[in-house]
Amino acid sequence: MSSQTIIKVMIGFYVALFFAYLFGPLAVMSVTAFNTPSYPSAYPLEGFTLDWFVKLWNHRAMMEGLRNSIIIGIGVICVSVPVGLAAAVVMNQIYHRARSLYYLVTVSPVLTPGVIIGISTVIFWRDFSEMTGTRGFFYKGIMLSIFGQSSFIAAYCLLIIMARLQRFDRAQEEAALDLGASYPQVFWHILLPFLRPALVSASVIAFLSSFENYNTTTFAILADKTLVTVLAGEVRQGTTPALSALAVIIIALSLLGAIAYEVVKRREERRSARIAERAKLAERGDLAAAVA
Amino acid sequence: MIPTWDWCFRKEGWPVSRLLVYLIPFLVIAVFVAMARYERRFAHDPTHKGFFERNGTTLGIVFIALVAFWTLFLVVLPYLYMVQESFHPKLVAADRGGPKDILTTEQYRSFFVQPTDGEINTTHMGAFIFTLVISAIVTVLNFAICYPLAYYMAQAGSVQKVRLLMLALIVPYWVNEILRAFSLRLLLASKGLINQALMGLGLTDAPIDFLGSNVGLYVGLSYAYLLVMMFPLYNAVESLDKNQIEAARDLGAPWWRIHKDVVIPYAKPGIASGCTMVFMLSAGSLAAPQFLGGPKTLWFTSIVYDFFFQAFNWPRGAAYAFLLLAGCIALVMLMLRLFKVSLGETIK
Repeated sequence: MSSQTIIKVMIGFYVALFFAYLFGPLAVMSVTAFNTPSYPSAYPLEGFTLDWFVKLWNHRAMMEGLRNSIIIGIGVICVSVPVGLAAAVVMNQIYHRARSLYYLVTVSPVLTPGVIIGISTVIFWRDFSEMTGTRGFFYKGIMLSIFGQSSFIAAYCLLIIMARLQRFDRAQEEAALDLGASYPQVFWHILLPFLRPALVSASVIAFLSSFENYNTTTFAILADKTLVTVLAGEVRQGTTPALSALAVIIIALSLLGAIAYEVVKRREERRSARIAERAKLAERGDLAAAVA
Repeated sequence: MIPTWDWCFRKEGWPVSRLLVYLIPFLVIAVFVAMARYERRFAHDPTHKGFFERNGTTLGIVFIALVAFWTLFLVVLPYLYMVQESFHPKLVAADRGGPKDILTTEQYRSFFVQPTDGEINTTHMGAFIFTLVISAIVTVLNFAICYPLAYYMAQAGSVQKVRLLMLALIVPYWVNEILRAFSLRLLLASKGLINQALMGLGLTDAPIDFLGSNVGLYVGLSYAYLLVMMFPLYNAVESLDKNQIEAARDLGAPWWRIHKDVVIPYAKPGIASGCTMVFMLSAGSLAAPQFLGGPKTLWFTSIVYDFFFQAFNWPRGAAYAFLLLAGCIALVMLMLRLFKVSLGETIK
């Protein structure tokens, strides 16, 4: 018995160490955002200030970058979610070696270093837009960033949507077809509503991955700027607590998102537990109790 | 007039290299369509219908158009263009497509031999090897860090506990790579918290140069891709039947043999995919070497970056990028072969 407690303590210690590694740096950075020295330092605490948040708000390049990042993020959702959906539907209708080839081509961007995706996107669209005389339309930082990021984010969307599609009950489709629905009707009225949770999470993942991407964007953005490339420039030049302030905002938003997610999940669990309970009661014929 | 060798490789009109760039995707598509049609017959698909019959003409066309746009314009053609670019000399925009625009391997040769003085290019080859070796070490390190927690979460935790742990894992990754590198720099800098603590405790007199000695780089790479290792590992271990572990324990296996002979062989595809991802990402990472590497450290992606943004030598940058990709793929394939995992298992 005592050896089991030792193991438990050791596991606890390990988990604590792991999360200290994960959160420690972020916690230290958050402290520097509120400390007065202009070189970001966590210790000693010289005084509490919110000046760095004001500095951040007044940082023109960063705000412009933020705007571009949001535009690119929305663009990436618009490209990669429909593409991922179409790719998942197509994947579901091919087999064996054709499927392996298809899988290899579509998932390869996930494994390709982002730098290479950025470079190849820029070179291709430079030559392609020259050849077709569309340079003014395609060869733009925002456009190229959307294309470059979508090439691998669409693969994330494909994987997310595919995971849900595999749980789709073909009997539903057959029932609809027997009742006289056409295939497009099945797609719009049965498959798409079934896939909705996956589409939502694919959109969220697409936006977040786009928003924080650096390797691909730093090439594809050309002369423009996104929030992350502005940040990179700032870090290269030196360090200011305004960056910590930005991190604090991002961490706070993430925590809020996480808490909201947890609350929603718990509520869902309680609801489904209640439904299960009622079903059990109803099964016993104890309908009166179920209604109350 | 018979076209000369030179003419074939110029960019005017439709020279051979560009023809190839467009021909390859069409060949791939042709092979793919043929395979898909042929194999559908043996797929026991209850509907027995062609693609357009099954999806309706309009939807079918939309699906095909979206997938074709993605695979052709966002994936295959850019790769091929990058390779094509790497076989050209560095030219100003006006000269591109002109008589100077010939096909050449000088960009690749310059990786091995300095074009200026004919010396062996130890700087770039050294950086290449350094990048691959350090990435491999980081991969092993991350596996060692993540495996115990992945195992614990997959086999011991309750549903709610696992979900909370997962959230705790994901939240730090919503903070982008740059800021995470920045946070590590605050810790590891000579005036950073760790040096302050070490000096405060009297363990050292002078600050330790963590960033200059590349400790920052190694920690940064490991920190950046911890989650990428965690998820495939967790998924792989999670589907293992607990009874197998119980059985091994009942038969008297010590804990390390349970891992060596039961869990790890079972989770091998997940381990392989986690390791592949971490390796590829750290070999291709830009933020950690730029912000946490020592001043004399040359990471291969930083060299590529400098070719684009300082030397404006795109063909050489493209050639180096291609070399990096080829080197990474070769090493990953070798490792998969060594540990007897098939590529198909890894990406699933």
